Amino acid sequence: MVDLPRTDPGAGISRPAGWEGIVADWSSDQRAFKNVSWGKAMMWIFLLSDTFIFSCFLLSYMTVRMSTVEPWPNPSEVFALNIGGRHIPLILIAIMTFILISSSGTMAMAVNFGYRRDRLRTAILMLATALLGATFVGMQAFEWSKLIAEGVRPWGNPWGAAQFGSSFFMITGFHGTHVSIGVIFLIIMARKAWRGDFDRERRGFFTSRKGNYEVVEITGLYWHFVDLVWVFIFALFYLW
Amino acid sequence: MTDDTSNVIQSLSVAEVADVELYHPKSWITKYVFSQDAKIIAIQYSITALSIGLVALVMSWLMRLQLGFPGLLSFIDADSYYQFMTMHGMIMVIYLLTALFLGGFGNYLIPLMLGARDMVFPYVNMLSYWVYLLAVLVLVASFFVPGGPTGAGWTLYPPQAILATTPGKQWGIIVMLVSLMLFIVGFTMGGLNYVVTVLQGRTRGMTLLRMPLTVWGIFTATVLALLAFPALFVGSVMMLLDRVIGTSFFMPAIVSMGEQLPYGGGSPILFQHLFWFFGHPEVYIVALPAFGIISDLISTHARKNIFGYRMMVWALVAIGALSFLVWAHHMYVSGMHPAFGYFFATTTLIIAIPTAIKVYNWVLTLWRGDIHLTVPMLYALAFIVTFVNGGLTGLFLGNVVVDVPLSDTMFVVAHFHMVMGIAPIFAIFGGIYHWYPKVTGRLLSDTLGKLHFWVTFLGAYAIFFPLHYVGLMGVPRRYYEMGEMAFVPPSTATLNAFITVVALIVGAAQLVFVFNLVRSLRRGRPAGGNPWGATTLEWQTPQTPPGHGNWGKTLPVAYRWAYDYSVPGAAQDFLPQNQPPVPRTA
Ligand code: HEM
Ligand SMILES: [Cu+2]
Repeated sequence: MVDLPRTDPGAGISRPAGWEGIVADWSSDQRAFKNVSWGKAMMWIFLLSDTFIFSCFLLSYMTVRMSTVEPWPNPSEVFALNIGGRHIPLILIAIMTFILISSSGTMAMAVNFGYRRDRLRTAILMLATALLGATFVGMQAFEWSKLIAEGVRPWGNPWGAAQFGSSFFMITGFHGTHVSIGVIFLIIMARKAWRGDFDRERRGFFTSRKGNYEVVEITGLYWHFVDLVWVFIFALFYLW
Repeated sequence: MTDDTSNVIQSLSVAEVADVELYHPKSWITKYVFSQDAKIIAIQYSITALSIGLVALVMSWLMRLQLGFPGLLSFIDADSYYQFMTMHGMIMVIYLLTALFLGGFGNYLIPLMLGARDMVFPYVNMLSYWVYLLAVLVLVASFFVPGGPTGAGWTLYPPQAILATTPGKQWGIIVMLVSLMLFIVGFTMGGLNYVVTVLQGRTRGMTLLRMPLTVWGIFTATVLALLAFPALFVGSVMMLLDRVIGTSFFMPAIVSMGEQLPYGGGSPILFQHLFWFFGHPEVYIVALPAFGIISDLISTHARKNIFGYRMMVWALVAIGALSFLVWAHHMYVSGMHPAFGYFFATTTLIIAIPTAIKVYNWVLTLWRGDIHLTVPMLYALAFIVTFVNGGLTGLFLGNVVVDVPLSDTMFVVAHFHMVMGIAPIFAIFGGIYHWYPKVTGRLLSDTLGKLHFWVTFLGAYAIFFPLHYVGLMGVPRRYYEMGEMAFVPPSTATLNAFITVVALIVGAAQLVFVFNLVRSLRRGRPAGGNPWGATTLEWQTPQTPPGHGNWGKTLPVAYRWAYDYSVPGAAQDFLPQNQPPVPRTA
């Protein structure tokens, strides 16, 4: 589905005006979103559904933060590191956030090179994205182990409300799983790009559909989404 | 609609997407077992859903026996009553109705009605079924784990769902939550396919506003499901954590059986919000496909175009959107602020408007129609009656002041069985009698069908109509026996016994249906391609049952809407959607 024929508006169709026109356009023949491939449409709708999942998680976190009777631990203290004798609040998270946002940049470049059919650069940039993602997950693992060593558990912690640990592990765990899945997919897709599957339209192993460079963009959509979600987690859990 | 066909031919745009390449099965296994063909997947979904539905039916008999003749069956104690009740409710709502409407009817009808070759991503679609099957198997496994299935009620409210006094607290609740999560994952794979196929995979000429209402109903319901299931998923994750590793998302500080539990600070109400943010749209997930199916059955079997097609579409969409704004009407007795009660009562009553529009339009479609009382039509009529009935008691329960005394009585049970139990089941039966000839090439036996219909319809009324009175008398819901409740008059016992007898008869009638399904496979009258003289594309396939890829070499083109019945001046009393208009020569 690389070279989709551009939509032909068709000669001589009487186009209704105003609201009727809007309805007619949206409900038009064959496709509601013109020149959007099936895969891309599917990813967008999946992400919409996933947005609801993360929203529910975050709203639940806010609710238990209000319902608990014990004080909420201060995140900037909990997530501080001592580096070179200096006590720096939130430093690790700041670095993690920076890394993840940078990976969105390399991803966007990979998409760009993909559409230029630059096999190698696409693959390398996707691998770079995967590497940044893996670094993020690694630092997350470090953070988890640090907190666990300090006595934070999902069911309790030394500083106050048990829901702090519960929400922290649950939400970052769920997000980290998303990142990890993204990393795996990036590696698989990078391999395909590298091998030239997208140039030769080689068929997928499971789906038996022809491969093409748009897959890079679809993977990118997912990746940007995971980054965006992180911004919300960062703002609502760490900064609040 | 007929008069704008004149410019149809010129407005037919070129094909925007190249014809789909399908996966061509090479072996029996990939053709019939791990099949990527939506039609096979649909049949797999339907058979699985109906089978697990029978389990739920059997559990309703057991419950009814206990309610009608307390103590008759010695193996039903309070614990097992709750377990039957929970499994019955959960299976009926999710594993039967949701799976059958979306996985079954959706898979079969969406590609065929839209003139597509298959779903957009057949492989993912296949996975959807297998994950669903896994969810069902995990659910069934809960009958065999130590302690049995959970008895928390289908609403699974914490804290009781995970406390030691609730049956199934050891494993049942864990297995239930895992099964639900699997179901949601499996459904999402299918649901994405249904939505994208509708939005992006239609044939030429098939605008959204020419789609049969069945597809509109299934489509809207799928969108609802994709946005509502996340709340249940999150709720399940958190409850699983509460149960397994001892977090306190939903658990307040609590003393159980004289012991202070290690929980504290969680919010049980939070679960109720998550559950009903899913649970209310769920009602419409099973109702909207039923609305769509009924619209098509009525139009076809009354040989009349559907009254107010666009209004019907807007009503579906409006109901779908509103259904996300009413969830807390299930929580009037949770102690919420009266202002919220006011808000949610208002939104609830507003939904009655688009719903009433639909009912009026069905009735106006029937008005002066050429009504053929075929079995599908009988079920369609029964649906309207039952749905209106359940909807009216819904107006009672939607108002806070009326709901508070009625809440948790059998009145509620009667209400929701009418509106979301029996009515959608009627739509399913109607749909099966209607489309079985397309799926198998043979008609179901009419005599057996009518027998099945009358026993089921009259029986369902005999069961659930008196149940309203039982509820008004004060009989509470989810009670294994009445015990010392002096305020419940003894006459309700007589009613309860009557209800139980009818329930058993209705149950037996379902075996007639199953027998009919199996028998007609071989012995049914050959149906031909279009036994009902219907307009929609699935009846115009070159083969019946439709072959792999549905349409042979060329895809059909839709020239008109789906409801050209009894068009004046036409040769037949229906014009199929793919019949080109006669160019006007004036
Ligand atoms: C003839 C058919 C049916 C009979 C005789 C029947 C009977 C019952 C009975 C006796 C209860 C328990 C009431 C109580 O003690 O509170 C119940 C609960 C329930 N039923 Fe049915 N039922 C039938 C069909 C259905 C269908 C088709 C659905 C699909 C929506 C359904 C959904 C439920 C639900 C959601 C509950 C509530 C479970 C709970 O309280 O947790 N039932 N039914
Ligand atoms: Cu509701």
